[in-house]
Amino acid sequence: MAAEYQNIFTRVQVRAPAYAGVPLPRGNQERTGKRAHLHWLGWIGDSQIGPLYLGWFGFASLLCGFIAFEIVGLNMFASVNWDPVQFVRQLPWLALEPPAPAYGLHLPPLNEGGWWIMAGFFMTTSVLLWWARMYRRARALGMGTHVAWAFAAAIWLMLVLGFIRPLLMGSWGEAVPFGIFPHLDWTAAFSIRYGNLFYNPFHMLSIAFLYGSALLFAMHGATILAVSRFGGEREIEQIVDRGTASERAALFWRWTIGFNATMESIHRWAWWFAVLCPLTGGIGILLTGTVVDNWYLWAVKHHIAPVYPSVFPAVLDPSLLQGAQQ
Amino acid sequence: MMNTRNSLALLLLATVVLLAGCERPRPDTVQRGYRGTGTVEVHNPRVTALKVATAQAPEPLAAVPAGGPAASSVYKNVQVLGDVDAGELTRLMLAMTQWVAPQQGCAYCHAGADFAADTLYTKVVARRMLQMTRHINSDWKTHVGDTGVTCYTCHRGQNVPSEVWFTPPAQKRGQSFAGNKAGQNAPAASVALAALPYDPFTPFLSQSSDVRVVGDTPLATGNRHSIKQTEWTYSLMMHMSDALGVNCTYCHNSRSFTSWDTSTPQRATAWYGIRMARDLNSQYLESLSKVVPAHRLGSEGDAPKLNCATCHQAAFKPLYGAPMLKDYPQLGVVAHAAAAAPEEAVAQTKP
Repeated sequence: MAAEYQNIFTRVQVRAPAYAGVPLPRGNQERTGKRAHLHWLGWIGDSQIGPLYLGWFGFASLLCGFIAFEIVGLNMFASVNWDPVQFVRQLPWLALEPPAPAYGLHLPPLNEGGWWIMAGFFMTTSVLLWWARMYRRARALGMGTHVAWAFAAAIWLMLVLGFIRPLLMGSWGEAVPFGIFPHLDWTAAFSIRYGNLFYNPFHMLSIAFLYGSALLFAMHGATILAVSRFGGEREIEQIVDRGTASERAALFWRWTIGFNATMESIHRWAWWFAVLCPLTGGIGILLTGTVVDNWYLWAVKHHIAPVYPSVFPAVLDPSLLQGAQQ
Repeated sequence: MMNTRNSLALLLLATVVLLAGCERPRPDTVQRGYRGTGTVEVHNPRVTALKVATAQAPEPLAAVPAGGPAASSVYKNVQVLGDVDAGELTRLMLAMTQWVAPQQGCAYCHAGADFAADTLYTKVVARRMLQMTRHINSDWKTHVGDTGVTCYTCHRGQNVPSEVWFTPPAQKRGQSFAGNKAGQNAPAASVALAALPYDPFTPFLSQSSDVRVVGDTPLATGNRHSIKQTEWTYSLMMHMSDALGVNCTYCHNSRSFTSWDTSTPQRATAWYGIRMARDLNSQYLESLSKVVPAHRLGSEGDAPKLNCATCHQAAFKPLYGAPMLKDYPQLGVVAHAAAAAPEEAVAQTKP
């Protein structure tokens, strides 16, 4: 039996009649719809699909998301002159661009960025409705709202990039285009314009939390799998009733790094690391251009960026030399 | 259940797919700047060897004894090279034929027996190009140094250099109410297949739009350059990197693209190169649209123009710095007479 756990996939599938869930308070819809079991899904999670709760928030969110998706997609399709072959071939390059900076915060004509504003509005509405849906579903089950607030951290970063910062800069043109390569080029251009984003301390924090989240995730997942032969996957019970799995896992980390998280605290660690990644990142983006214009010079001023010995002969800015052709 | 042989075959296939994009041999890195700053050039020795082999300057023609009569006293209608020795003029004409029209020979520019006639447009263009070459070699030493340029630097045995640019046609759209590309978001060779604006040449190498976007103060003090503007600068830099076959760090220290005191000396050379391209396009090339026939023009009716790739052709120095000018010093002589505009020259010679 123990060997069954030595695998990246879940090897044990417990099959029982479809599970309807806990009783709900008054005013909540009874669980409806068909339920099914899928063996392949059981390899990576629960084999039961459904019941799915859509609700008005879910319906409105999907509708808004669909509208945003269509505005972006049809603009991309129009940009290749409605040629389906070119649409597929050039898809990674295609985009819906925000308005030109000359429009500021005014409403531009549809084909000069108006479509972008419309797509952005429906996408934002869709995401916010989905957030409300997650919050309300958690409440309906009597759960905490940790998932919704973690999602809100990501929404914060999205809003800073596409709404709050452009608003403060006074130009929708500052925002991100909808497109695969174009949004990556935008990211590189953003860093170049503001003198290298790697010297932005909030960007540094965001990266630390991003990589830190991955590290914590790997450490936690590995620890639990490693003690699952002792019942370690029953983490929640072991928070209050530490069994030998908890003891062994804790001792392993005290042996190796001198300190261990607990069955409860490791989840708080993970939640905060994940949430702080977009929270700090959003602060870093918000300060860029509004407060700080050149992060390299800012880092030199505050002795973060070291001064290296010069290797090349002194290079002067030719535009400052007298008589240089301009 | 999958047996071991199937698993191994799948693993092998996955490995092949994963490694299919790898280069051979392992790219070489050459450190140029201070350690840790990433100021290194990455190149593939095999590709570099191929590039060097195809970018060889031709052997110079045998020198002719000096002291002969001036070309203008021997030949008629020698407007640019009149003060050159007649023998040297003939040598230069032979070299130009080899550089620009090796297939067609003298007849590419000279019609019939009368070599003085300006009946062919190619002769008018060639005269303009001679004036341009002298201008580059005497007035743009900040970019070309004493290495200089000859016709071969760009032409490489072709009538029209392989790397020229035209004004791109307006975007074709099914409807005018949607699908605005904003001059970008296409896999364009001009910007090394990035999704950046695909015509950085018109604003930066023909007009004199400001390349600089980064501010010189730590805090925001009114630098209004937008991210979209930065994308245009970025697209010019992509072209330069691609045209010279170098990384960003050939000129810049990636800690700060904008600060000159951490840049390499090549950045100053490149700065003059941008100004030189502007000067040549606006003073010498754009007006040729009135001289050359329609099949030489772009879709918008504009003449072929130059950018960094026209001379460099993926080398950090054209022809890897082969000093061809020293064998043809007449191409470096300062042009004293005011350069006549090509359309006037045509007007003068029309019957």
